[in-house]
Amino acid sequence: MADQFTHTNADIDVHKMGEMHEHPTWKEYKWVALILTIITILEVWAYYLPSFVASPAFVPTLLLMSAVKFAIVVLFYMHLRYDHKLFKSLFTGPLIIAISTAIALLFLFGKFAGR
Amino acid sequence: MSSAVASHAHPATSTGLDHRKVAIWAFIGSECMLFASLISTYLIYKGRSVVGPFPHEACNPPLCATPLKPILNIPVTSVSTFVLLMSSLAMVLALAAVENKGKPGYEGILGSSKLWLLVTAILGTMFLGFQAYEFTSFVHEGLTIKTNLFGSSFFTLTGFHGAHVTVGVLWLLTLLAIDMKRGLGPKDALIVDISALYWHFVDVVWIAIFTLVYLIK
Repeated sequence: MADQFTHTNADIDVHKMGEMHEHPTWKEYKWVALILTIITILEVWAYYLPSFVASPAFVPTLLLMSAVKFAIVVLFYMHLRYDHKLFKSLFTGPLIIAISTAIALLFLFGKFAGR
Repeated sequence: MSSAVASHAHPATSTGLDHRKVAIWAFIGSECMLFASLISTYLIYKGRSVVGPFPHEACNPPLCATPLKPILNIPVTSVSTFVLLMSSLAMVLALAAVENKGKPGYEGILGSSKLWLLVTAILGTMFLGFQAYEFTSFVHEGLTIKTNLFGSSFFTLTGFHGAHVTVGVLWLLTLLAIDMKRGLGPKDALIVDISALYWHFVDVVWIAIFTLVYLIK
């Protein structure tokens, strides 16, 4: 398969698609998949390290790795990195509200109490 | 880019963007809030079950009639997570194949949108198979949606996600049927792009669930 992956095909209305730049190449997609796989392996590996699970760094590390995977899929596979700013707003706005609400609820129900 | 725009005009919209794509992003935004509420509920109830089985801890009498091991099966779920991640790769390759149909380098089997749509649907179905196996084994081990708070919140959260994956697989099979019947080409890129966005969203939701539900004890 060609590595060139562009939107220069005259049949594709890039404006309608809302995309401001070309998509990643096929090679980049493979690299993204490899990085996602490696992070997943690291997450599972961390789960099986009793000393690390007991340490205060365990939860933040897992959350960070998960956030990186989330961002990679959204930016590269969902092409949000290349998309129109309206689409970015339509996704990040509700996402921020959702995460803020979740954190507020966890505080409200005392999940962080005593830490 | 401008020539592409001029060559394929679409009805004027106030944003200049196709309403279908605006709609799918708005839908995905609303879905973020739905899953955040389900995940929050799971996390709030986490550790508050009075009776077992429990996700990460063993359950011994008198809490359980018989001693029970931690119920979550991390190796199996790790494999299903990998399967879903690879389905996202297959989906972007399907979109690339549709957008670049007929271009040099996309004539062979690896440039076939039919192949990648089929692979994505198969991987999605495999994920559902893993979930069916997990649910069945949980029920056999005594965990149902009525057993305890963990069971209620877990089955609701993962069940909702599984329902979304099911819809995604049906959507992919519909696209595959259209591709078989008349072929999908660059003019259909938008409809494939919209289904790809939905599929990737289902994937990112699982990324969050896998960490928050399965890995964090």
